[in-house]
Amino acid sequence: MAHGPAKGFSRWLFTTNHKDIGTMYLWFSFAMFLLGGVFALVIRAELFEPGLQIVEPEFFNQMTTMHGLIMVFGAVMPAFVGLANWMIPMMIGAPDMALPRMNNWSFWILPFAFAMLTSTLFMDGGAPNFGWTFYAPLSTTYAPPSVTFFIFAVHIMGASSIMGSINIIATILNLRAPGMTLMKMPLFVWTWLITAYLLIAVMPVLAGVVTMMLMDIHFGTSFFDAAGGGDPVLFQHVFWFFGHPEVYIMILPAFGVVSQIIPTFARKPLFGYASMVYATSSIAFLSFIVWAHHMFTVGMPVAGELFFMYATMLIAVPTGVKVFNWITTMFRGSMTFETPMLFSIAFVILFTIGGFSGLMLAIAPADFQYHDTYFVVAHFHYVLVPGAIFSIVAAVYYWLPKWCGNMYNETMGKTHFWLAFIGLNLTFFPMHFVGLAGMPRRVPDYALQFADFNMIASVGAFLFGAAQILFLYNVIATIRSGKKATAEVWDNPEGLEWTLESPAPYHTFSVPPEVK
Amino acid sequence: MLNKVGRPFARLLALASMVSVPVQSWAEEVERWGMNMTPGVTSVSQEIYGLHMDIFWWCVGIGVVVFGVMFYTMIVHRKSKGAKAANFHESTALEILWTLVPMIILGVMAYPATSTLLKIYDTKDADMDVMITGYQWKWKYEYLGEDVSFFSNMNTPRDQIENRAVKGPNYLLEVDEPLVIPVKKKIRFLITSNDVIHAWWVPAFAVKKDAIPGFVNDSWTYVEEPGIYRGQCAELCGKDHGFMPIVVKAVSQADYSEWLATKKAEVATLKALTEKTFTFDELYSQGESRYNTSCAACHGSDGEGGVGPAIKGSLIATGDITEHLSMVVNGSSKNPMMAAYGPQLSEVDIASVITYQRSAFGNNMGDSVQPIDVLKFKQNK
Amino acid sequence: MATTQQSTTRIVIKLSGLVVAMFVFAIWIMPPLYDVFCEVTGLNGKTGSKYEAEVIEVDTSRKIKVQFLATNNESMPWSFAPEVTSMDVHPGQEMEIKYLATNSTQRAMTAQAVPSVVPFKAAEYFHKTECFCFNQQLLQAGESAELPLRFIVDQDIPQQVRTITLSYTLFDITNKF
Repeated sequence: MAHGPAKGFSRWLFTTNHKDIGTMYLWFSFAMFLLGGVFALVIRAELFEPGLQIVEPEFFNQMTTMHGLIMVFGAVMPAFVGLANWMIPMMIGAPDMALPRMNNWSFWILPFAFAMLTSTLFMDGGAPNFGWTFYAPLSTTYAPPSVTFFIFAVHIMGASSIMGSINIIATILNLRAPGMTLMKMPLFVWTWLITAYLLIAVMPVLAGVVTMMLMDIHFGTSFFDAAGGGDPVLFQHVFWFFGHPEVYIMILPAFGVVSQIIPTFARKPLFGYASMVYATSSIAFLSFIVWAHHMFTVGMPVAGELFFMYATMLIAVPTGVKVFNWITTMFRGSMTFETPMLFSIAFVILFTIGGFSGLMLAIAPADFQYHDTYFVVAHFHYVLVPGAIFSIVAAVYYWLPKWCGNMYNETMGKTHFWLAFIGLNLTFFPMHFVGLAGMPRRVPDYALQFADFNMIASVGAFLFGAAQILFLYNVIATIRSGKKATAEVWDNPEGLEWTLESPAPYHTFSVPPEVK
Repeated sequence: MLNKVGRPFARLLALASMVSVPVQSWAEEVERWGMNMTPGVTSVSQEIYGLHMDIFWWCVGIGVVVFGVMFYTMIVHRKSKGAKAANFHESTALEILWTLVPMIILGVMAYPATSTLLKIYDTKDADMDVMITGYQWKWKYEYLGEDVSFFSNMNTPRDQIENRAVKGPNYLLEVDEPLVIPVKKKIRFLITSNDVIHAWWVPAFAVKKDAIPGFVNDSWTYVEEPGIYRGQCAELCGKDHGFMPIVVKAVSQADYSEWLATKKAEVATLKALTEKTFTFDELYSQGESRYNTSCAACHGSDGEGGVGPAIKGSLIATGDITEHLSMVVNGSSKNPMMAAYGPQLSEVDIASVITYQRSAFGNNMGDSVQPIDVLKFKQNK
Repeated sequence: MATTQQSTTRIVIKLSGLVVAMFVFAIWIMPPLYDVFCEVTGLNGKTGSKYEAEVIEVDTSRKIKVQFLATNNESMPWSFAPEVTSMDVHPGQEMEIKYLATNSTQRAMTAQAVPSVVPFKAAEYFHKTECFCFNQQLLQAGESAELPLRFIVDQDIPQQVRTITLSYTLFDITNKF
């Protein structure tokens, strides 16, 4: 009925098709994941043993900075946008995204942003070296010249995310099939709707904070310079006002993915759908009033310290509700453990461990000991790697047969899972210990008592990295050939996307389906 | 090469085999491996350790219940065992239950946390004040009202860091001059910074406060036991963030008074030394050690440069000696990385470092400057 | 009923408005709001601007120790120190102290002093009727100056505050602003 894709490179350059754009987002984010991973391996190689062996401290700081920036803005966020592009129209019965041309734009500016960011590595003075949190004045008065390129790159990423979010909101609010009421939407769509609002609220704040930096550096203002009446602490407040919702931006869509996968493999509907929606909304709301828990040691009045401590502890409640709901969904189901389910179960367990260390960090007096140590590094890697990354990988295994029409190799998928699972725990679990024992983060060298655990962590990191090559191979092999997948792919999964044939045709739902 | 690679792997193997060794006692193992937070040596640090362990055991308890149910269901309710899926998907009672129970646990934790926090914030009625200033990449300690102040630099040799020598037991956690404080006295720390944000952290005291340029933070400690306590800078502050340790020596009141007297005498001697005329060799050899602690981080221990420009063959080090003096005392007006060392180093140190730089690394100028000239330059005479 | 196209446009306009509003909030609202917040709570020990002295009673029953500190920011070569390091004052009493600054370099330089008070909760009770930190200070090569500070500690200051520490950090702003 509808015409197919254009041929050659122009198909990708000019495409306005949500599936093409989703595919490009996913490949782009995987490329960034590998690049950021290489930077992480440079860090772990240097930290394999005490002493300086491989890189100079200057370059080490550039690696930690670039690793953080690329993983957050290049790997995790575009991957979720890619999943949204592919799945949201198919899940709500829409023919495409609401704003297809803007969709093309919001993808194609990303490669330029990251080319610019990565090119700073080759510039005079080196790449940004002030950490992904770029605290002033280290990132203003004391920054390498490449900071200006960093600022522009952040602006472009921000613009991309904002356009993507507007598109997603417009699609969800406007293009739902008849009968698809808000409270009937799949949870992935719900979590993305809330995430998109978060993005629209805080990406302009990030743009604002880098703009203020730019003006401080080049135009003589002093937002963050005490000499001119500014305050470096203001930077941290504005940054974390963006930064805390940002961490939920990276985890809410993951909640959505897992809430799709677990019911399928438990063969039982999601437990507490409505409470999941309310819990997600309250997490999003709370994310705006807890930012200063990243700054407990900055010297706040005790009332502020107490407020942010209590508010932060409260987040444990809706997060707990979600975990309990997932487990109750599994309870008395009829479970099988295909690769997407394995990744989702690991998500629930390991994300909960990350949540526990988060709860510990919320206790302000204890945070005086945890703050800026490897304990924090362990905490946020536990919520981001088995949290965000595992959910993305689970989503890829779950929907790949729908996308390309072929079944992936289950044995290889499970091998990938176990290698990644072991590698990740070897890497990040020991970090809790060295952090508690007193190792600060972002150091290129460390005292001898931290040596053993660091060595284990480095070995784990290389194992985790190697496992991703297997993933890449499995995905490419599946796209090229493999057992043909049925329309349903899995055993009676719920959702409109499974009513389409596999692979999903280039144009779907040109006539909206009827939802009962 | 093989040897170099082989050694760490041998250690890794030893690590792996250690796991199978029968464990004497759990607590001892935790201690030996350095797996947990230090209880520290102050009442605050012990309270924090208590909070940490409480919340940790709460998490373990919740984890056992939650993961217990989860593993039970994963083992029992699997399709391969013929489990048939139920169809329940809602229970308001359950939702309310697992909202309220965590709330109660949080309340139980919030109460002691609040009281500890209030205690930490109570900096009043201190017996003495120490002003701590963070510099890229060292600490300055100033005893208020005592006219004693000094810098504390890391003194782990470069050879150990660059793996040319065996690493000492306090590798990276040793300084040329530790902060000395008396025990059983409430000591208030006033913390600020000279350039970027640093954070002063001594785990044994559970004191961690950011040092922010332009603003002062306060914190306090009351140490019970004499001893040497080590910490590190905890906020990324640039290149040598990992190389600015903190060492605090807590001593008895008598020892402290004695130390303070010696320190004051040293200041007087240094003043007297400023009047003294040194030989070239004296200046040169003293300059070498001062260069390695204060200059080598940026200019390289071989004078070839690094973050900063090379000293070897530089226009300043081989040019007019007054220009050279001005650069060291007043800093560079173009490059903020080159700070003004006039307020940081003694006249003797500045004179010797300049003398060293002008003749080392093949610069061969052979001239020198005397401490009294430095003093006159500082006073602009 | 609006068409899908029209309602999409409406959503885009609304969301773009939100984007612009949040950007404005970050740059033009948060910094001034933060300053107000700092002044109210004494965050970072920021003190208020010039205080218009009212005739107030001196509370001779209390004595508060005020300490004076001076720090040079990085490349600031001036010598800079208070003439006394501490004094005891009664709440309500107006006091004066001088800081001494010498520009030992061979060029004219401009400096800005930034005050900070600990404990933070004392900041709002520490009033400066005259302060060299209100202005930039220009010193010629080799010039020295006495920089005056007049202040009053409010008699409403909480009982538990017995020491106030006032610190000035001197910044070199010759080539800035």
